[in-house]
Amino acid sequence: MYAYDELDRTLLNERVSEFRDQVKRRLSGELTEDEFKMLRLQNGVYLQLHAYMFRVAIPYGTLSSKQLRRLAHVARRYDRGYGHFTTRQNIQYNWIKLAELPDALADLAEVGIHAMQTSGNNMRNVTSDQWAGVAPGEIEDPRIWSEILRQHTTLHPEFSFLPRKFKIAITASEHDRAAIKVHDIGLKLIKSAEGETGFEVLVGGGLGRTPFIAKTIKPFVHGRDILSYVEAILRVYNQYGRRDNIYKARIKILVHELGIEKFAREVEEEWQQMRDSALTLDAAVVEEIRSRFSYPAYEKLPHMPDQLKKAAHDPLFERWRRNSVFPHKVQGYSIVTVSLKPVGGPPGDATADQMDALADLADRYSFGEIRVGHEQNLALPHVAKRDLPVLWKALDRIGLATPNVNLVSDIIACPGLDYCSLANARSIPIAQELTRRFANHDTANLIGRLHINISGCINACGHHHVGHIGILGVEKNGEEFYQITIGGRADENAQMGTLIGPAVPYAEVADVIEDIVEAYLALRDSEGELFVDTVKRLGVEPFKERVYATR
Amino acid sequence: MTSPLEQKKIKIAGPSVVTANRTWDGAVIYRTAQQGWSAELSNAAIVRTSDDARALLAESVADDVGAVGAYIAPVEVRDNGRIAPGNLREQIRSEGLTIGLTVPA
Repeated sequence: MYAYDELDRTLLNERVSEFRDQVKRRLSGELTEDEFKMLRLQNGVYLQLHAYMFRVAIPYGTLSSKQLRRLAHVARRYDRGYGHFTTRQNIQYNWIKLAELPDALADLAEVGIHAMQTSGNNMRNVTSDQWAGVAPGEIEDPRIWSEILRQHTTLHPEFSFLPRKFKIAITASEHDRAAIKVHDIGLKLIKSAEGETGFEVLVGGGLGRTPFIAKTIKPFVHGRDILSYVEAILRVYNQYGRRDNIYKARIKILVHELGIEKFAREVEEEWQQMRDSALTLDAAVVEEIRSRFSYPAYEKLPHMPDQLKKAAHDPLFERWRRNSVFPHKVQGYSIVTVSLKPVGGPPGDATADQMDALADLADRYSFGEIRVGHEQNLALPHVAKRDLPVLWKALDRIGLATPNVNLVSDIIACPGLDYCSLANARSIPIAQELTRRFANHDTANLIGRLHINISGCINACGHHHVGHIGILGVEKNGEEFYQITIGGRADENAQMGTLIGPAVPYAEVADVIEDIVEAYLALRDSEGELFVDTVKRLGVEPFKERVYATR
Repeated sequence: MTSPLEQKKIKIAGPSVVTANRTWDGAVIYRTAQQGWSAELSNAAIVRTSDDARALLAESVADDVGAVGAYIAPVEVRDNGRIAPGNLREQIRSEGLTIGLTVPA
């Protein structure tokens, strides 16, 4: 966990006071909606179909149990008793009242949580690997660098009015769990040949209307130079990014239109003028940030405790363990992914009661720490293996032990037309129906790793382009239709999926997905060949034939 | 459903209402014939010509303190006189989520 200091606390409290005054002036009519809109957006407040939506940042996906309880409190006190975890390590409340928002923000500020820059054309929440600091083989904890970037870009005047929103993701592992290749800037922590810590810097990734995979702009930037290099990228974007057309305003369009070589030259020129400036990170500064992250006092524990050996005889426990428990850098410990994808439930939603109960379990079994992943699941990052059986039972009692992590029913979905004012079609009921179709755990295990992503419009909040199966809602003559893509992926081999054919109506989507999965089971060369690898080997044609031959 | 945020020109093809969100809490509201707002679609003023729609929208937008994001939405007037939302988006706004709340209300 990162420990905030007095400066952080003062900043948050001042921000709450400022917003309280802005809300008061809006409600009295002193501010028009046109004047107020940008102010509310800068505090994460949108207007959706039914109500205001309030988006709260969870920097690099790390929460303390105290913070999670406070998120539960906000859900219970100011909303309707639940929250929705998003694909960018935020939580959204869907029914919040504007008049009560300042109180909600004040309650969150008490535990160091805020909603600054969770909306608007500025630097959004800096995201990272939800296993940061505990994943085996990691170069180092990427949250240290995430925090440095967060501090530098929060309320930075030069980056508060960018051409469009700007998202950074950081990973320090070979396997990319932070989807860095679909971010405006993706940072991968690496070691140079001399053993120095630095970053491979990628730029221009993104989904939405015009999807692009990020390109490497510089294979190695030393850690001490990362602020100046990121700032150089932002300056070039600020200067040349388009402000005349919202659909062409993201940095991915600029990188695409200039070409990565020319864009890189522009950045290099800018960087050479500023690299040895005040932005150079002194080793002492990095160490100061590092020192404010606390790590658990791990015990020396056996690799295979008796409790785990005994529980292995229970097939239900084993099924959950296989899908939810992952290796930890410390012997005797595990990372536990907590599925927020119950059969028939809205993906990513958690009730206030579940949040409170999970906070208690984190205190008991995970040193009081919880993580939020972009797959819309939570994680307990420091669980002793001896505690896994009892934790499993406790999670099951609160509906958080669905054994489907990384399986076909572990669906990523945006809120869609049920909540969102931008959506063209519903996402959640499609996800719910699919989880029912694939509710049989044996079948799901037979299918293996398969990521379905659903977006209710082209803005792609459900990251449909990079789903192994992507589902995009569109409107045709007032009816909901869905385009299906296959073969996408969001990891270190990120790529966009390929459209398999004409959009299908709402009522047929689940049937189509079942057809695709059945085709995969018939076509794969072995049980070990993942869906996405079968698509890579055979292309989309066999799947297309299966789906459209009888339609 | 095409987002009304993209509503460029005011041209209606059938009976319509003006809807918005209430400023203080964001609740869905409808402009009434009495120049006020109601949370019930059944209380909404119905317009049937583009000129009337423009006038109702102009009057609604003028109430910047009470309502946010006013726009024209299609409705169906059934044989029994009941007013029903004209598309799925408006049905969801008027009648609520199609999925049931994560926590039952």
